[in-house]
Amino acid sequence: MNFVVVVNEGPYQHQASYTAYRFTRSALEKGHKIMRVFFYHDGVNNGTSLTVPPQDEPQIVKQWCQLAQDRDLDLVVCVAAAQRRGIMDHREAERHELSAPNLAPGFRIAGLGQLIDASIDAERLLVFGD
Amino acid sequence: MGDGKKILFINRRGPYGTIYAQEALEVALVGAVFDQKISLAFIDDGVFLLRPGQSTVGLQMKQFTAAYRALGDFEIHRVYVERESLQVRGMKEENLMEIVTGPDGGTRNLVKVVSSVELMDVIHSQDVLLND
Amino acid sequence: MLHTVNKSPFEKDSLNTCFRLARPGSDVLLIEDAVYAALAGSCFEPAMSEALARYSVFVLKADLEARGIDSGDLISGVRAVDYSGFVDLAVKNDTVQSWL
Repeated sequence: MNFVVVVNEGPYQHQASYTAYRFTRSALEKGHKIMRVFFYHDGVNNGTSLTVPPQDEPQIVKQWCQLAQDRDLDLVVCVAAAQRRGIMDHREAERHELSAPNLAPGFRIAGLGQLIDASIDAERLLVFGD
Repeated sequence: MGDGKKILFINRRGPYGTIYAQEALEVALVGAVFDQKISLAFIDDGVFLLRPGQSTVGLQMKQFTAAYRALGDFEIHRVYVERESLQVRGMKEENLMEIVTGPDGGTRNLVKVVSSVELMDVIHSQDVLLND
Repeated sequence: MLHTVNKSPFEKDSLNTCFRLARPGSDVLLIEDAVYAALAGSCFEPAMSEALARYSVFVLKADLEARGIDSGDLISGVRAVDYSGFVDLAVKNDTVQSWL
């Protein structure tokens, strides 16, 4: 079955990103397809490469990156929500003349149309948030 | 009206205290240009979004709720408001913001107040549920 | 239809909203802080017992364990599932609504 997963909260403040990650991994292990993980609201903060959590805590951002790499996951950070919160890829950082990009590897920035598109194409949509 | 999927955007939080409703409206406005059967539902504190007379001058925040009216320019199917949520919050049905559609002759208000039981049927007849 | 709830009923009214708007026969899955709603002996037990007559109620096992709740602490009729069971519930039902 083909899923789209929506993550509406950032790492650490809420459990949502962990639950979404565990659901996504479990669905993949069971042979289902995750056609897109869409990060919205504060969920875009999962896409920062600049997080350095204490060493005894899980690195949820790195876990998403790793999963994206291992399973060819499409991790999409909403551009409008990301710009509000300072998550930029090279192109966006340059366009807005900012000092540096900070989008973590494995993520890409795209518009809200990618969420609507995925919700039309996927068989199931699940929202994880607060 | 498209023959596409039935997508319901559910709003359960009020304005300004958090950005959820404002960003949810941005999704709905994007969704409205896709050829799908789009509806919105206002439940719990979400009904406060349609309360008239909002002014954010003192807050110096964007008064985004006026933009709900823009939904009338698109082919939105319906805007549902749960009666029970209004009642427990002391909100009057006849005093909700109108979202008017239909350019020439015979405009109509998309906002429809429904009971929990009616809303239950709406929720269970959708293909996709998006909520903040 | 699958309804997920992630809020403690002592913090926010999401579970009551779910019970008001979920059609009888639906699956309800309690995740994150919502697992506290399944604790036997709380003031929420009567509402939960009533709900159990209308819905199949599940709780996410990892969330129970993390919060120091074992199966003996649960209102009878509530069933624990793991993440794989969560995926199965999402597959079994045509749509999923998250009451946040």
